[in-house]
Amino acid sequence: MSILQSYRMRLRRKHAKARSYRKGLSLRPVADRTSQITKGDILLFSTLRDEDVRLPYFLDYYRNLGIDHFLIVDNDSSDGSGDYLAAQPDVSLWHTSASYRGARFGVDWLNGLQARYGHEHWTLVVDPDELFIYPFCDTRPIRALTDWLDGSNVRSFGAMLLDMYPKGRLDGVPYQRGQDPIEIASWFDPGNYMIEKNREYGNLWIQGGPRARTFFAAEPRKTPALNKIPLVKWNQRYTYISSTHMLLPRGLNLVYDEWGGETTSGVLLHAKFLDTFAQKADEEMQRSQHYRASLEYKAYMENMAEQPELWCKWSEKYINWRQLEILGLMSKGNWA
Amino acid sequence: MSVGIVMLVHTALGRAEQVARHWSAAGCPLVIHVDVSVPDKTYRTFRDALADLPDVRFSQRHRCEWGTWGMVAASQSASKLMLADFAQVQHVYLASGACLPLRPVQELIDYLAARPDSDFIESATTADVPWTIGGLDAERFTLRFPFSWRKNRVLFDRYVALQRKLGMRRRIPGGLKPHMGSQWWCLTRRTLSAILGDPERAAYDRYFSKVWIPDESYFQTLARKHSPQIESRSLTLSKFDYQGKPHIFYDDHLQLLRRSDCFVARKIWPQANRLYDAFLTDAAGAMKRTEPNPGKIDRIFSKAVERRTRGRTGLYMQSRFPVETRENGLTSAGYSVFQGFAELFEDFEPWLAGVTGARVHGHIFGPGRAEFSEGACVVNGALSDSAALRDYNPQAFLANLIWNTRGERQCFQFSPRDNQKIASRLASDPNAQISVISGAWAIPLFHSNGDFTQIRREAALLQQIEAKNIERLRAGWAKARARIWTMAEFIEAPMEPLQTIVDEIGPQEQRGLPGLPPMVDLAGFGQFLQELKNQGMHPHLMGNFPVARGVEDAPDSPRKPYPVR
Repeated sequence: MSILQSYRMRLRRKHAKARSYRKGLSLRPVADRTSQITKGDILLFSTLRDEDVRLPYFLDYYRNLGIDHFLIVDNDSSDGSGDYLAAQPDVSLWHTSASYRGARFGVDWLNGLQARYGHEHWTLVVDPDELFIYPFCDTRPIRALTDWLDGSNVRSFGAMLLDMYPKGRLDGVPYQRGQDPIEIASWFDPGNYMIEKNREYGNLWIQGGPRARTFFAAEPRKTPALNKIPLVKWNQRYTYISSTHMLLPRGLNLVYDEWGGETTSGVLLHAKFLDTFAQKADEEMQRSQHYRASLEYKAYMENMAEQPELWCKWSEKYINWRQLEILGLMSKGNWA
Repeated sequence: MSVGIVMLVHTALGRAEQVARHWSAAGCPLVIHVDVSVPDKTYRTFRDALADLPDVRFSQRHRCEWGTWGMVAASQSASKLMLADFAQVQHVYLASGACLPLRPVQELIDYLAARPDSDFIESATTADVPWTIGGLDAERFTLRFPFSWRKNRVLFDRYVALQRKLGMRRRIPGGLKPHMGSQWWCLTRRTLSAILGDPERAAYDRYFSKVWIPDESYFQTLARKHSPQIESRSLTLSKFDYQGKPHIFYDDHLQLLRRSDCFVARKIWPQANRLYDAFLTDAAGAMKRTEPNPGKIDRIFSKAVERRTRGRTGLYMQSRFPVETRENGLTSAGYSVFQGFAELFEDFEPWLAGVTGARVHGHIFGPGRAEFSEGACVVNGALSDSAALRDYNPQAFLANLIWNTRGERQCFQFSPRDNQKIASRLASDPNAQISVISGAWAIPLFHSNGDFTQIRREAALLQQIEAKNIERLRAGWAKARARIWTMAEFIEAPMEPLQTIVDEIGPQEQRGLPGLPPMVDLAGFGQFLQELKNQGMHPHLMGNFPVARGVEDAPDSPRKPYPVR
């Protein structure tokens, strides 16, 4: 890497930071409980719109893992998400009606909040439909993982997005508030992922899964990226560049081993494909606020008419993290 | 007669206090060393908290950075205090604040009382130990290490390189033979006094203070000088990862630790409440004795190191993406590639599946779709037959197929008509068994009744592609087990090559092949080749087919019978 390239990366990082500061101006605090945050707390950052039905399970899931405080941006929800969140004792909430797309799909807002509140904390950035799974998550709290990462001098932790879906039509079983979404969307594709290295930023670019298999089988390049680095020991110099797919400085993207070994990694169970998906698809198509102008929703709308399920004979039913590790979707690395 | 505990503490003081109380309750005197980096206020609170215990002392505080002399200095001053203040102590046990006694302390006291002259200290010469963090073993003792490995890695490495280049070597003080081992030991009063009171100690200390990771060698080396009876093992269960960091025990290790036969384990995660609750109880509530099985702990932790350093062969995933040449195997298992067979034999695939029991696919790199066995459009792992998806990343497609079907041999057809992007990958994969009947791609052309100019053009193209592929398979870098026959050669005696291939795939139930699949009708093939030649093409990969040959066979036996061996 030449000095010039390093400098260009530095400029990009500075630019992203300035941008997140500017975009952050549109955030209005609704419930600011950040004074509760103490040294060493593990923080969760999220941005959402109209996800009220998912919130009770989402918050409980992460409270159980040991998240100490939630910092959430409400992008103009109209379904009561805001009121529900503002009433939670461990949530700090900001509201904005600015464009999600204009804030690079929420990244700018969260970068700003992370710089302000996340410095020297372990921060987890997830969407309300993502459930973070890591090795031993059924017996060890998230702090066991972050303590171990600290001890190993590791500052970032990768967790691939694993699309979960139900057997049968997506709208076959309605999701109930408070329910574990994986009870319905309990299936996943175990072995059809494709990886390339992004030479510019050093991260891996992972594609595949049920969306590639059904919606994008003819145009694989457009398949959404599944690589994510959601857990980072944050420093105010850091910045996410594109969703949580990659960061600057680039060293943080090296969450994988290149010499044949396996580093420790987790999975984000992506419970997007529930009955709520069809409604969202409709709505998001109108707004065109999502990545690549809602390409995915468009593909979905087109495909869903004729091919109403993602499930296939070789889909695997989710049991636990050990199953994912045996399948090779995540790894314990040298954490035992 | 009793055991004194020297305890080195730097974090999780609450847990250290709990463990100190446990030792003390069993009548063990304690000397506690608290790292200088602990703030004074915290230190005082900790001291006050333990004020009610009778035989607890606090020794002079040092800075204990990993891999530096501080750890030894701390052990020295604490041991000295122990020997001076507690005359009844016969053995001194070095432990840390993150150590947890697994068996009732009385058992340890009895065990040591029965072995009054034994020093329990792991101690081996550098030539005999496998720990070489940073590639340093003997050099730990012959180079100088003034820079911190953790904080100044660059300076550390450069200074090592410089010393190597200049051939700088330190002299090891006379009479010492360097030994290394776990830093957690249990020494007798006699040995420890001899080490601390050695007339040469000043020289030794000076020397070891520049050795790398002296806490793994100072006492280990000097015990060899002074001890009459060394038991070279540590009573403390401690497992290290590939970087020399200790593995940490959590609540879910409870059953594992119960089955260890060690007295003490480290390092325990401070918030492992179940472990602390289970082991820090009185003797009555202590472990229900289970059959010791320390080997299991060993296996779990050595597997972790193996996974971190070598990983699972043939797996490409989010945290294992090896650069070229570092894969430890491109795919996870052996597989077979057949080129020209499906063209030459009718129903070759079902025949092969029947003979070998393997899964036999068609042209999985074929132009229209991946022709999986039995016409499946999705196979193991939810791998799709879409040609677009496959061609987007053919290497991932192949690696996925082989990984997803672990335990079941995969065979597939390949031809110059297929996507050639995978060809060099196949050639370089030692797991690939590739069998080629060169020129057999011409058979479908021969059977087609298309426009001959078109056929001639296609033949030229396919021949070019196959020639290139054969060149690859014969290249110096190729690692696949490749066998190549010309079509003419193969037809002469097809039985033997097939037998070899099938034998290699796996053990067969019956000896010998049950018979060959029927060969396609080749009557007139020689004439066809001649026609191509007449059109100015030069079909050379098929071998020698006389013009007349096909014609002769034609009248009586269009399908040539082959004898069953």
